[in-house]
Amino acid sequence: MQARKKYVLLGLCACCWLVLFYWGGAVQLRLLRLLTRQRGEVVRPWPNWTDRAFLPRYAHLDELQTDPGTAESPRQRRQAWSAIYKDSRCRMETCFDFSRCRRRGREGFRVYIYPSEKNDHVSESYRKILTSIAESRYYTSDPREACLFVLGIDTLDRDQLSGQFVPNVDERIRGYPLWNDGRNHLIFNLYSGTWPNYTEDLGFNIGQAILAKASLNTEHFRPGFDVSIPLFSKDHPQKGGERGWLVRNTIPPRRKYLLMFKGKRYLTGIGSDTRNALHHIHNGKDIVSLTTCRHGKDWEKHKDARCDHDNLEYERFDYQELLHNSTFCLVPRGRRLGSFRFLESLQAACIPVLLSNGWELPFSDVIQWNQAVIEGDERLLLQVPSTVRAVGNERVLALRQRTQMLWEAYFSSVDKIVLTTLEIIKDRVFSHISRNKYMWNSLPGGLLVLPEYSTHLAHFPFYYLGLGVSPGQEFTAVIHAVSPLVSQSQPIMKLLQVVSKSKYCSQIIILWNSEKPPPIRSKWPPMPVPLTVFTIVFLSQTTSRFLPHVAIETEAVLSLDEDTVLLTSEVNFAFLVWRSFPERIVGYPPRSHFWDPLKRAWGYTSKWTNDYSIVLTGAAFYHRYYHYLFSHYLPQSLRTLVDRTSNCEDILMNFLVSAVTHLPPVKVAQRKQYKELPSPQGTKSVPWANPEHFNQRQECVNTFANWFGYMPLVHSQFRLDPVLFKDQVSVLRKKYKDLERA
Amino acid sequence: MYASGKYSSRGPALIPRMKTKHRIYYITLFSVVLLGLIATGMFQFWPHSIESAADWTLDKRSVHDAPLVRLPVSSPIPERGDLSCRMHTCFDVYRCGYNPKNRIKVYIYPLQKFVDELGVPISSTGLSREYNDLLSAISDSNFYTDDVTRACLFIPSIDVLNQNSLRIRETAQALTMLPRWDKGMNHLLFNMLPGGPPDYNTALDVPRDRALLAGGGFSTWTYRQGYDVSIPVYSPLSADVELPERQPRHYFILSSQTAIHREYRAELERLKEENGEALLLLDKCSNLSQGVASARKRCYKGQVYDYPQILQESSFCVVLRGARLGQAALSDVLQAGCVPVILADSYILPFSEVLDWKRASVVIPEEKLSEMYTILKSIPHRQVEEMQRQARWFWEAYFSSMKAIGLTTLQIINDRIYPYAARTYEQWNNPPLAVKIVNSPLFLPLIPPRAPGFTAVVLTYDRVESLFRVITEISKVPSLAKLLVVWNNQNKSPPEESLWPKIGVPLKVVRTKENKLSNRFFPYDEIETEAVLAIDDDIIMLTSDELQFGYEVWREFPDRLVGYPGRLHLWDHEMGKWKYESEWTNEVSMVLTGAAFYHKYFNYLYTYKMPGDIKNWVDAHMNCEDIAMNFLVANITGKAPIKVTPRKKFKCPECTAIDGLSLDQTHMVERSECINKFASVFGTMPLKVVEHRADPVLYKDDFPEKLKSFPNIGSL
Repeated sequence: MQARKKYVLLGLCACCWLVLFYWGGAVQLRLLRLLTRQRGEVVRPWPNWTDRAFLPRYAHLDELQTDPGTAESPRQRRQAWSAIYKDSRCRMETCFDFSRCRRRGREGFRVYIYPSEKNDHVSESYRKILTSIAESRYYTSDPREACLFVLGIDTLDRDQLSGQFVPNVDERIRGYPLWNDGRNHLIFNLYSGTWPNYTEDLGFNIGQAILAKASLNTEHFRPGFDVSIPLFSKDHPQKGGERGWLVRNTIPPRRKYLLMFKGKRYLTGIGSDTRNALHHIHNGKDIVSLTTCRHGKDWEKHKDARCDHDNLEYERFDYQELLHNSTFCLVPRGRRLGSFRFLESLQAACIPVLLSNGWELPFSDVIQWNQAVIEGDERLLLQVPSTVRAVGNERVLALRQRTQMLWEAYFSSVDKIVLTTLEIIKDRVFSHISRNKYMWNSLPGGLLVLPEYSTHLAHFPFYYLGLGVSPGQEFTAVIHAVSPLVSQSQPIMKLLQVVSKSKYCSQIIILWNSEKPPPIRSKWPPMPVPLTVFTIVFLSQTTSRFLPHVAIETEAVLSLDEDTVLLTSEVNFAFLVWRSFPERIVGYPPRSHFWDPLKRAWGYTSKWTNDYSIVLTGAAFYHRYYHYLFSHYLPQSLRTLVDRTSNCEDILMNFLVSAVTHLPPVKVAQRKQYKELPSPQGTKSVPWANPEHFNQRQECVNTFANWFGYMPLVHSQFRLDPVLFKDQVSVLRKKYKDLERA
Repeated sequence: MYASGKYSSRGPALIPRMKTKHRIYYITLFSVVLLGLIATGMFQFWPHSIESAADWTLDKRSVHDAPLVRLPVSSPIPERGDLSCRMHTCFDVYRCGYNPKNRIKVYIYPLQKFVDELGVPISSTGLSREYNDLLSAISDSNFYTDDVTRACLFIPSIDVLNQNSLRIRETAQALTMLPRWDKGMNHLLFNMLPGGPPDYNTALDVPRDRALLAGGGFSTWTYRQGYDVSIPVYSPLSADVELPERQPRHYFILSSQTAIHREYRAELERLKEENGEALLLLDKCSNLSQGVASARKRCYKGQVYDYPQILQESSFCVVLRGARLGQAALSDVLQAGCVPVILADSYILPFSEVLDWKRASVVIPEEKLSEMYTILKSIPHRQVEEMQRQARWFWEAYFSSMKAIGLTTLQIINDRIYPYAARTYEQWNNPPLAVKIVNSPLFLPLIPPRAPGFTAVVLTYDRVESLFRVITEISKVPSLAKLLVVWNNQNKSPPEESLWPKIGVPLKVVRTKENKLSNRFFPYDEIETEAVLAIDDDIIMLTSDELQFGYEVWREFPDRLVGYPGRLHLWDHEMGKWKYESEWTNEVSMVLTGAAFYHKYFNYLYTYKMPGDIKNWVDAHMNCEDIAMNFLVANITGKAPIKVTPRKKFKCPECTAIDGLSLDQTHMVERSECINKFASVFGTMPLKVVEHRADPVLYKDDFPEKLKSFPNIGSL
């Protein structure tokens, strides 16, 4: 009986359990949901509310058009702003007097430098900065027309312990009648603060002056107002500057070491946190992170257990060798946020890995740094190795080339750093005639793109591929005429006919550069394209042939001397070649430069050589933008030289274009006869047969190279011929058969 | 039951019977347990049923079901936002961690309804439709995580889009009630209408500790650069109105805002007087009949215009600041493809961290309103068209919906946390156009030094004799650094080492596993130079001068194919497709890789990045690998190949027509097929046609041959 009861009970229990299980499931669920709902821990995406369609709008349509009322007039508000937003809250709107820059329209950006006093000590670096400004096209010696003022007092080093420190700056600038609480002033600084805290304090009140400072902290940086500049050494070249170290894109792009650092370890004080930790990622194989304790006078006082070992390891590697052979270079903060190694690794094409929290990167306004550096986080040092390991080969290739592009465009010389600073400020002042980010971040860099010419990308020769467009289908012939028209058989007549017959020619412009007035319209031969004659006002201005005439409506310009001899098919062929190389000069007669080790100077040759670096602009295609650059980018001094000697304008143009592109010009096929031979009865001497003329050109090459700070010309070893040029095939098949007739 | 009891009392003899009787119980018990187990198992392995059931019920949830949370009066208030906050000071990166996808994880708090002690809600509207859309979009995106412990960014479900509807103090208290608030660390708030009368702050007034703010209408003084995100003010019209592209645009400048300060309106009137019909100056309609949505109409001198459709009729549209800096009108203007002329001093434009507004808008200082006409007139016409396209694209990609706004914001924050994986300028700013935009991987203009020369890669099958002649010829080229023979014959071993020609540079033989054409383009580790000369084992007629010259030309064009025999593609109008041409033509669009220099990088691209099935297709058909290479290079660089030196007979005289593959007629038909096939895979015809070839500077010039660098060019 006992057992039976037991079984009955058991069976009942089981049944109950079963029933509960099946019927209670729903209850259980409901219970569960109730619980979770109360706890608010529903693990699921944001629900689709049943009544979502009935939810109210976040704002009524009328509310979006809030009436500002009549209370405050915008003018009053702007005035009130300048009273409130001063000093550390300065912005261009409140701390900059735009009216000073408007006095001469677009040309209104002028920079004045205070004269330095006799007993002033000016450091090497600051002297270079001042020289750059004084030689720039923005310099003015008249403070009345200045838009921006630069101090003559050296403010680069504001570390009181430094020998370069200039005392009493405050008192002195207060004495300047133009100081005006720093409005429209630009102050350069590389080092601020001192041991142990290295604050951002300059030791004097900058008021409303714009600060161009290295190692700027994002917290103190006044966005859209200050300019962050890179830290550069006193040996940084004035102009030109070394090219980047990348000469080839090796595949695979990894170098011997993945990541390297070699530098000081601060045992105490600011910046020591980061530097003290760097040894953790050293593995002695592909990651080399070396620190030394040896710096300052009393390092041994703070010496720790690692120091001796680290110092030994430190000596085993050479910094230069590591720079050359590492894919990535650590750029940690030092005492200050920026360090020399930033520019060093940029130049060395060693992709910088930044460990400097809060550093406002140089020219951050305009440069897209994430495409050239790896921005690390000091807090995540130990993640850095895996981060850089995960960077793919393609990205390494892109980052590395980008370092070179930025180095050469903005950092390789003091000139470039200073000019970039000025251009950034100028872009802010004339914001609707300024460069966009694309112009700043693609080749050839913002300094060579003048927004006054155009703000439209397709108007420049550099962006066709990036925009997916191709250069225009037509060209404008610009003929430089110097001799009066006396007969209908003059070479210019023939030239006009030949050029106008080209189907790509849209207009012809004659620059009449002769004492005699240009002939009347009917004297010119009839032509299928419009002809315009411009009389040059200032005679014998050789540079006038490169003036950016508004009449030139096409992108391509065919520059011609009046005595050039060409065939229509030669013109057509060269134009088609130009359309493949719109950023270069495409011309016919080549010349070359060479280094003369005996004279220790550059030489120039017009002999037939196996390579060339110049094509004469007596007959050449190029983009019309180069006219603008020639007239506005190059300094007056070089143009004056050209005008004075009536020579070298073509060499200067070649210098300019090669400096922009880093590439040689393109020579195309041509019959051997280029200029009309001097007729025996001709009285006029031909200038290019004159030895004096030749010596001048030699000098020009050296003068130009001096201004550019390096030799921009590049040699090329090929010329471009039509595909079937002189091939053994029927001439009937050849499109450019005329070229083969001698 | 009874029986069993009786039997049980009978003693041992009956035990088996009794056992059977008991068995029933045992069986019942057992089956019950078994059934229970099965049921439990079904429960275990059928999670969807529960979840879907739950979902089903949850989907039935109404916003009003949100649990109520009562805020004590004394609950803490967060500090006002700290203006010095930056990612490295106020943001906890450790929460985001290192992850291979480089994507942040975002958690959304469940909806709660906050009320004060008297039961009055903290917001007059509660959850708005827009904020709900935003949160739904985020929860559907791959940023979303439901695991609060793994989240890197937290988004409260408290709707603060419009400050007007908020009770500031109570909203702030509600924020601190969030379980993971922790001084606002890693919290993100979305706000579009900040401030309130009379002075309209440019950032949300709700105290919010260290929380990030995605705000519409920041001024340069409230925006924490690199921390906050400037977002657009969403225009509810976006969802209601479609504005398909329309031309032409009759007006030059249009002002359509109704709330413009009277001083500015006066100034605009003056501009209109000066420039007449080019300007259209609209205002509110005063005498609209009842029932017409006033927000959708604008008037000028009694004439009624439809808004926002009227925006499409102007080239430029004025967006003036109102009481607030951010204007919903900006969104309407962009949608209409009208170029916004923004007059709002100190305004931080939406998403300005990544968008290049100079390409889509004109920003003019308020002071210069009177010069607006002159400034706009100075912009080239082509640029205006470009800006209109760009404006429209900005709207489509970043303004058009709350989803677009929300995900763009998260992407910007994501880019800050994983800067090395950030989207590029081009990705943010270039519209996906029909035209081909080229981003060459070898974009830097470099002319690599002559040393260390090039590596010749000879593909061979079994023509040993011809191969040896090729090797001997190539070895005479001064810049040859290494010779690599790719032995593509698996059935035969390469000749013994002693039989190979003795040459002055290293010679390596690579044996392949399969006879595939793509073996020629494999990026072998043995290739240590960046320049590669691909050459067939029967190209014996190229002179040393020609090869050296080819290398010199390649140095000037390291991003192109530089080769000897040129080919052309033509459009066959009759057939309506592409045709391959190997005759004597005046044009070139391809060079054969039977003899061509190129950068080793293209080997990587060919092997690993060839689009579609082209690589396998080529291997299967044993043809067209050179055409594929030409397509690949032209597509990525946008440039034509360079043909060097004059044409010559290319096949060796002794090779018969059967032997030389390219002579076969069917072979030529197949090559035309290849071009059509590849063009369809690439989706475009990337090949570029040119009419030039490269020759030495003094080629065929009347000049002593021995003074020429490359005298032996073009000999047959």
